[in-house]
Amino acid sequence: MNGGRGSPDRTPSPRADACVIGSGPAGALVAHRLASRGYNVVVLEAGPRFDPDSRTDRMERAIRPGDARSVWDGGGERDAFSSSGERFYPLNAARVKGVGGSTLHWQGMVMRLHESDFRRASRGEGDADWPVDYDDLRPYYVAAEEALGVAGSDDNPFGPPREEPFPLPPFPPSHSDSLFAPACERLGIAMHSVPNARNSEAYDGRSACVGYGTCQPVCPSGAKYSADVHVRKAEREGARMIDRAPVGRLATGRGGDRVEAAVYATPDGTEHRQEARQFVVACGGVETPRLLLLSENDDHPDGLANGSGLVGRYFMDHLFAGVFGTLDRPTRQNHVGFLTSETHQFYDAPGRAVEGPDGVAVPASDADLAPFKLEFFNYAGPSPVDLALSADEWGDDLLASLRDAYGNHVGVGGLVAQRPRRENRVTLDPSRTDDHGNPVPDIQWSLDARARRTIERANAVQRAILAEMGAEIGGAVGPTDTGPAFHHMGTTRMGTDPDESVVNPRLRTHEVANLTVASSSVFVTGGAMNPTLTIAALALKAADHVAADL
Amino acid sequence: MELTRRDALAALAGAGILGSGGAAALARERADADGPGRSESGQPNQSRSEQPDLPSTAAVVETLVAVAGVVYPSAVDGVREFVETFARRRLEADPEHRRGAREAVADLDAHVVISFDAERFRDLDPELREEALSLVGTRTAEPARDGTAAERVRYYLVNDLLFALYSSPTGGRLVGIENPQGHSGGIESYRRGPDG
Repeated sequence: MNGGRGSPDRTPSPRADACVIGSGPAGALVAHRLASRGYNVVVLEAGPRFDPDSRTDRMERAIRPGDARSVWDGGGERDAFSSSGERFYPLNAARVKGVGGSTLHWQGMVMRLHESDFRRASRGEGDADWPVDYDDLRPYYVAAEEALGVAGSDDNPFGPPREEPFPLPPFPPSHSDSLFAPACERLGIAMHSVPNARNSEAYDGRSACVGYGTCQPVCPSGAKYSADVHVRKAEREGARMIDRAPVGRLATGRGGDRVEAAVYATPDGTEHRQEARQFVVACGGVETPRLLLLSENDDHPDGLANGSGLVGRYFMDHLFAGVFGTLDRPTRQNHVGFLTSETHQFYDAPGRAVEGPDGVAVPASDADLAPFKLEFFNYAGPSPVDLALSADEWGDDLLASLRDAYGNHVGVGGLVAQRPRRENRVTLDPSRTDDHGNPVPDIQWSLDARARRTIERANAVQRAILAEMGAEIGGAVGPTDTGPAFHHMGTTRMGTDPDESVVNPRLRTHEVANLTVASSSVFVTGGAMNPTLTIAALALKAADHVAADL
Repeated sequence: MELTRRDALAALAGAGILGSGGAAALARERADADGPGRSESGQPNQSRSEQPDLPSTAAVVETLVAVAGVVYPSAVDGVREFVETFARRRLEADPEHRRGAREAVADLDAHVVISFDAERFRDLDPELREEALSLVGTRTAEPARDGTAAERVRYYLVNDLLFALYSSPTGGRLVGIENPQGHSGGIESYRRGPDG
């Protein structure tokens, strides 16, 4: 036993078929699929296993100011990072280290990439196509939707073709959506439902959503999918989960063409080696390249599987664009913390004109623009309880202020795609180390003119919608103050040419025979769709390939 | 608008008290209602479980009721029962929070002794309580679990009460939202219009 009396056993398993590093959605799904096929699986997770009963307390932390503890116990020396790029990258704002990973925090929006996303270079929009296409991923998308329990409706006229209904019925549109609908109809903008990894009815042993309204950063009811679900399923199939076991490096054998062991530390400071036949790195778009870079050795002097020099390069995120305003009537915001309507109408036609009853609201553009999608907010404006807890008045004065501040806000948000660029990258910062003495990740991130231009374009459409509703525009998030959606992608890109990519279409690294990457880091382009469903689909695909080799 | 037991239970659920160990807390609630610690005469009682130099749980509850008279709007009724139900169970179920609240009451009372002709905040005439809270600096203090006296009074007393009220159905309805953040009010209200 390791770690002293009462501590869980964190010593390595003597015989493992597969070692999975990371227990977010990718790692959890890989572990479950392999374990359910009878393989001996060990999962190494840097963070802790959270008690599900602690989630309500974490929700209170999220709502109430004054508690220095982060909702999911992140930050500190363990999660230290640098951001030396043109724009500061707030890495810890939305990531969770622990069993379930950042799905504990996420919003839970799960769209498939569009067919065009796999062919951006062929469309003249990027430097590379994906080496797989939509049809290759299609069966895995179906399986991923079933695994996560996606509530949705096949009502998106702009989405990719589907073959089966969603596992769960969609969340019906909100009252707020009904305020947008007439204006959008007059402008020729089609609204449609949002696929949610959130139970619209009981599913897979988890309850239906009960409306806490705090989906991001925590769902106390467990109705929102989080990857700890599949960790538990994997464990029931015989997989072994070792938490608080950060992997510091992957050690290769003679010749460097196979990983022999994942070298990890336990809370008491002991270093262990987990050996396995196959290794799957599933640590997201930042920690995955970091681990490969930390694993440099004589055979891999620039980092493991980094003969191309591309490990860490082409870091991408989605950029937020939004316009907000107020109406002269109640809009019923903040009852729930999720979205029920959006539009993908501009995704493959970002320059299309918007025309309304009074003429052209947004002229057509032939400028080079990126895909973007628009989201109709159900939580625009302040939440009364948030306001109350930070107010400097109380009693009747406070109530009057709350009534004045709440009730008539509207907002249209959106995500804008970012083209892969070599200079956007994750490297190691040798000047700064984490709690185990390993150099921290340095995120170098910037926006190009195309992204800025597209954010302006999204803002123009958003303003046109609010104007058509008769809203008084109150503010906008544009190119200057945009921020990331915390969708880390692209740092171990997939491809067929070992000089131009890190992993092959089987998600196996070109240079290390038993090393697979299951992560958004393999994305060649990121589109403007929330990435987790594609992460899940790729993870299931990766698991099939690993199983075939075991 | 009447605050109900349902509101108190909703506030407890929002604070993570019900549903996980809450039943045991409920069973112990009444036994603790007259709790150890300082008696109403002001003399401290000795207890193995409570530090005698800090106000008792019961004293904290009484102080919270008095603070609610300041920070709650006049439009709500049933404040005492709501606060007692919410606060007693919460303090019982969360020892760390209880200690913070007791320390905050001790700090508040200490300020009252200096500035007013009274030993405890809850002994002040109601019209003086708002002045006392303001003098401590609570109105403008940033809430902080581990902050200064004013910051902790804001966190453990004022904001505990505001969180309980405005995350409850009745508190939300005062503002126009019957399913406020932190309350598990279901997934119908977001679809209803203002007249629905």
